[in-house]
Amino acid sequence: MIASTAFEHYRHLLRIRMVEERIAELYPEQEMRCPVHLSIGQEAVAVGVCSALAATDWVLSGHRNHAHYLAKGGDLKRMLAEIYGKVTGCAKGKGGSMHLTDLEAGFLGATPIVGSTIPIAVGAALSARMRGEDRVVAVFFGDGACETGVFHESLNFAALKKLSVLFVCENNLYSVYSPLLVRQPGGRTISSLAEGHGLRALQGDGNDVDYVNRVSAEAAAHARDGKGPVFLEFQTYRWREHCGPNYDNEIGYRTPEEFERWRALDPVSTAEKRLLENRQATRERIDQAASEIRAEIEEAVRFAKSSPFPSAGGFADGVYA
Amino acid sequence: MSREISFAEALREAQDLCLSKYPEVFLMGLGVPDPKGIFGTTIDLQKKHGEHRVFDIPLSENAITGVALGAAITGMRPILTHQRVDFAVISMEQIVNQAAKWHYMFGGAMSAPMVIRMIIGRGWGQGPQHSQSLQAWFAHVPGLKVVMPTTARDAKGLLIASVEDNNPVVFLEHRWLYSIRDDVPPDYYTVPLGTAKVLREGADVTVVGISYMTLEALRAADSLAAQGISVEVIDLRTIQPWDTETVLHSVRKTGRLVVADTGWQSFGVAAEIEATTVENLFQSMKAPPRRVGLPDCPSPTSPALAAEFFPRSDRISSAVCELLGRRRAESPSRMDYEKLDVPDNTFKGPF
Repeated sequence: MIASTAFEHYRHLLRIRMVEERIAELYPEQEMRCPVHLSIGQEAVAVGVCSALAATDWVLSGHRNHAHYLAKGGDLKRMLAEIYGKVTGCAKGKGGSMHLTDLEAGFLGATPIVGSTIPIAVGAALSARMRGEDRVVAVFFGDGACETGVFHESLNFAALKKLSVLFVCENNLYSVYSPLLVRQPGGRTISSLAEGHGLRALQGDGNDVDYVNRVSAEAAAHARDGKGPVFLEFQTYRWREHCGPNYDNEIGYRTPEEFERWRALDPVSTAEKRLLENRQATRERIDQAASEIRAEIEEAVRFAKSSPFPSAGGFADGVYA
Repeated sequence: MSREISFAEALREAQDLCLSKYPEVFLMGLGVPDPKGIFGTTIDLQKKHGEHRVFDIPLSENAITGVALGAAITGMRPILTHQRVDFAVISMEQIVNQAAKWHYMFGGAMSAPMVIRMIIGRGWGQGPQHSQSLQAWFAHVPGLKVVMPTTARDAKGLLIASVEDNNPVVFLEHRWLYSIRDDVPPDYYTVPLGTAKVLREGADVTVVGISYMTLEALRAADSLAAQGISVEVIDLRTIQPWDTETVLHSVRKTGRLVVADTGWQSFGVAAEIEATTVENLFQSMKAPPRRVGLPDCPSPTSPALAAEFFPRSDRISSAVCELLGRRRAESPSRMDYEKLDVPDNTFKGPF
């Protein structure tokens, strides 16, 4: 288990937030030379779900994967080194931000073609069952992925075989600049599509880490018991632009007012407030955590920046196993 | 001890042996357990190995390919079947973007040992969307291997080798080969990927055949022999990686090359083989190379159109004669085909 106490949940949220904000700060240095899709604003889904999983469970994700990778226990140094294109990166510089992996942590992989890792997660669950292994596989994707054919095909197959899969949809209302209502008809929820396929499904607040964690734990137990896959739709919001470090609330596809409404629902500060109100941590302990995390991040950045690039000709290695 | 079985039976045997030998192997595809058993290649395998290892799938080619990949990267060795390569087109995203690159793009952390069997073919009005031959597409994508056996003996050994290979292998079977019999050892054996085979030695020209066109090449060689032309026929067997050494060695000897492919002529496998050969042997070649493939248009359905569209041995013979500056004679052994949209039943093994 990655985290079980309220403080641990909060610390994970804070860590992800601080990592992503540091990436945003460093990005203009132009040494991270690959696209980054930051998770700022969506951290509670990653932490809530991953904390409900066992260390031996598996996670797959898409382009907006940093939070999932870190929440599952992925190595921070190897993640940053990968974003810097270094040979010490988790994919040895071959993949960059959009193709992270950490097998030790059970984060199998992320790829950026929307929806593509959904059936792969289903296959991993099938594989675990065939070998008699007790595993839940969680796959993270956005509202846009729910429009793909492969999404529906995967749900159908997982329901048919009663596979232990958690389909986790982060509905952040946008696919790049396209709002939900130009892509999907109103008057229905995404979770109802999953119900139509025969899955247990729910829709709820993705910015409340306690809620996410509770329903994820129930879902994981349901799946693990062989009762079938579960679909979790979590409503949340992406703070920064689709790809890159900046804010883009002024360019016209959404409004600063909408952003501010969602910023008030910040999953990190919500969790912090709750911690203090419930006296589950002191201000000092929180500040100390932030300071530890800051040091951890700086060490990881140092590691990434000072690591070597892959050697000349290295691009040709590893086409075939 | 000699034992003849058909190409289809040989494939069935290969899968049966793999399912018995490797608990990681499983077989899935549309209609795999049905009474027809994928042209006879999967008959009774579900009965023998159980429905957890041999099973039918929903009509979801794209997702099921992703499912196969997810299983492969976590320790299984799936065999997925498509009854036509045209159906596999639906799953190109999973094949090209995901499976082919999974080992590379994660820095070697995982491998994707999976075999996708796809059926190519022609005849009986299969038409534009049921008779394509897309090996060039797959061969063009780094990370995939592409195998196309011609003989039953090779089919069994190459399929087993493909299952044992740690990479995604596209295994293309021509349906006109299924009933052709061959001497096939009953036990477990492999034929290494990436090795071509000289089926017939010759001095005047090298004809490289791919899949069914290898049989037409042998027919052409017979017919040309009557004219005193000596043809060396090579069965390519694996498209990617292909056996450059065997082909170049042959063309070094003969100085002339014809490649007979089952796919469209332009931008195809024959072009690749010719380019590599000319790049290496330009100075010593006696004539430019020639391709025999499908004309660059979709496969027509009417038998009258198909008869003209699909190349047979006579087109290979013509190409050879062109290279030698000879006229193609009507060989006394040449058969007159009444109906060209069914397999030529004079093609019998063993080869």
